[in-house]
Amino acid sequence: MKQYWKDYQKDIADDNYFYVRSCIRQNFFPGAENLFIDILKNKLGKTVFEDAEHTTCTGIGYHTDVVPLETTMTVIARQFALMKEKGYRNMIASCVTSFGLYSEVLDMWKHQPELREKIAGYLMEATGRTFVEPENMVHASDILYKYRNEIASIAKYKLINKTTGEPLKVVDHIGCHYAKTFPERGVGGSEFPQVLTGLITAWGGQTVDYPERRHCCGFGFRNYLVQPNRGYSISQSKIKLESMKPYEPDLIVANCPGCSMFLDRWQYTLEETEGTVYGACGNKIPVFTHEELAGLVLGYDPWEIGLQTHQVPVEGLLDKIGVEYNPGLKYTDRQGNLIGEPEMINQHVC
Amino acid sequence: MNNLEILRQIQTDPRYDESCRSCLNCGVCTAICPAAGYFDYDPRKIVNLVREGDETTLTEIISSDLIWYCGQCMSCKPRCPRGNVPGILIQILRTVSINTGLFAKSRLGRQQLLLKRTIGHNILETGYCIHPTRVDPAKHPEQGPVWEWMSTNANQVYSRFDAGYDKEGPGLLRKISPKALGELDRIFDVTGCKELWRKIEDGAAK
Repeated sequence: MKQYWKDYQKDIADDNYFYVRSCIRQNFFPGAENLFIDILKNKLGKTVFEDAEHTTCTGIGYHTDVVPLETTMTVIARQFALMKEKGYRNMIASCVTSFGLYSEVLDMWKHQPELREKIAGYLMEATGRTFVEPENMVHASDILYKYRNEIASIAKYKLINKTTGEPLKVVDHIGCHYAKTFPERGVGGSEFPQVLTGLITAWGGQTVDYPERRHCCGFGFRNYLVQPNRGYSISQSKIKLESMKPYEPDLIVANCPGCSMFLDRWQYTLEETEGTVYGACGNKIPVFTHEELAGLVLGYDPWEIGLQTHQVPVEGLLDKIGVEYNPGLKYTDRQGNLIGEPEMINQHVC
Repeated sequence: MNNLEILRQIQTDPRYDESCRSCLNCGVCTAICPAAGYFDYDPRKIVNLVREGDETTLTEIISSDLIWYCGQCMSCKPRCPRGNVPGILIQILRTVSINTGLFAKSRLGRQQLLLKRTIGHNILETGYCIHPTRVDPAKHPEQGPVWEWMSTNANQVYSRFDAGYDKEGPGLLRKISPKALGELDRIFDVTGCKELWRKIEDGAAK
């Protein structure tokens, strides 16, 4: 392997993980994190622990400039302290914003030991907890990348069109804070990230290389969270969608919960406001998180892993792959009772 | 306010050294910047002006909308041949703008009050930056009918995926314990976040 590729490989711990959840992923993809934990525990035989006492990392507050650096650092130090107290040394972040921020904070502590000491003091003063750093800190998509071939070996489905036998065309979207902030902490770096293409190809699909592949989804923090600013956000997603449209992708997969949500929701908004759709045959393009894609090939029930919480319907893709599902259970509760149905536009399969 | 304070405040921020080294004015940051493609905004120029260090100009910048356009994607970081991060320099300028009260002089700066009262309060009141009960479908029409369905039927929808929803203990959108919320509150106190919030409230009130 040439040296410049070695620079962008990363050390991903084998087992015994401390898992911290994502605010956005829990809100908008509520099946994804429990699915990830289940895959680790019950498909891969790993130990993963979630501490009820962990909280938000404050990342959205930090990037909207309402939470100062030292506050965010101390909240993150508290997460690390909880990990150590429970006997773990390897952290998995569900959120890409969190992962980027943890990377940033660890780098600053490394280069500014006086800042590290200051934060250790704040942590002790505010919580009585002892400062510690993780031995290994990765994003959840890194774990699926590490075990992509093991998942492929037990998969029920492949990312292949069952009618044509052709690999599905999959757009990978890497959250900006996964590798743009610290390229050496992302598998493949920021220019040629491998973390999702590795999953796609191992599971039978082919990746789509399109001009705006590395463009931001457009979250923009304050540029979405303040309603009058949202033109920025939808415009960035539109740049990506227009760029990928000629390639007629079958699906999009993203490792960042915000990106997954925006690429899903802005397709709805663009259809409502401009009448434009970006998939083949007049359809929108289904968007999956990395956990959901793993769950799909492993044969989990689509409605048990939360695919009904997507605005872009997924049934067309499920039919293409040949995934079995019961349409009648899509909008039911835990007991199987119909909750009610959102007003949806049905898609058809080409 | 002493104008001479501004450059010193920028340069003493712990993030300054990693954000602003030697700039060769190549403009790659502007070429890759999503905000530069949408607004009349040029991160190359911002780096230049900070490096020139003119106090009057710096005062103008941090009193204007200019520093609030960046979407914090950090696309500028891996492309800069000198290792600068204009996106982080923007974070510093915003911090100084709030600390000096100058944020309130610009329309976009004044939006900090809304962000403090939504995202900021969410954190201390729920333990999450966002929570299903605080993303009102009426204010988020772009979220579409599925979000409206999820929000309206939150207990049934979220409980399908985790019976622990909104209950204490581990799991999906668990209720964050009073102990954990108390620790967050104390962290926000001792690390200066509440002081920053006071400045946002006071500045916006003026």
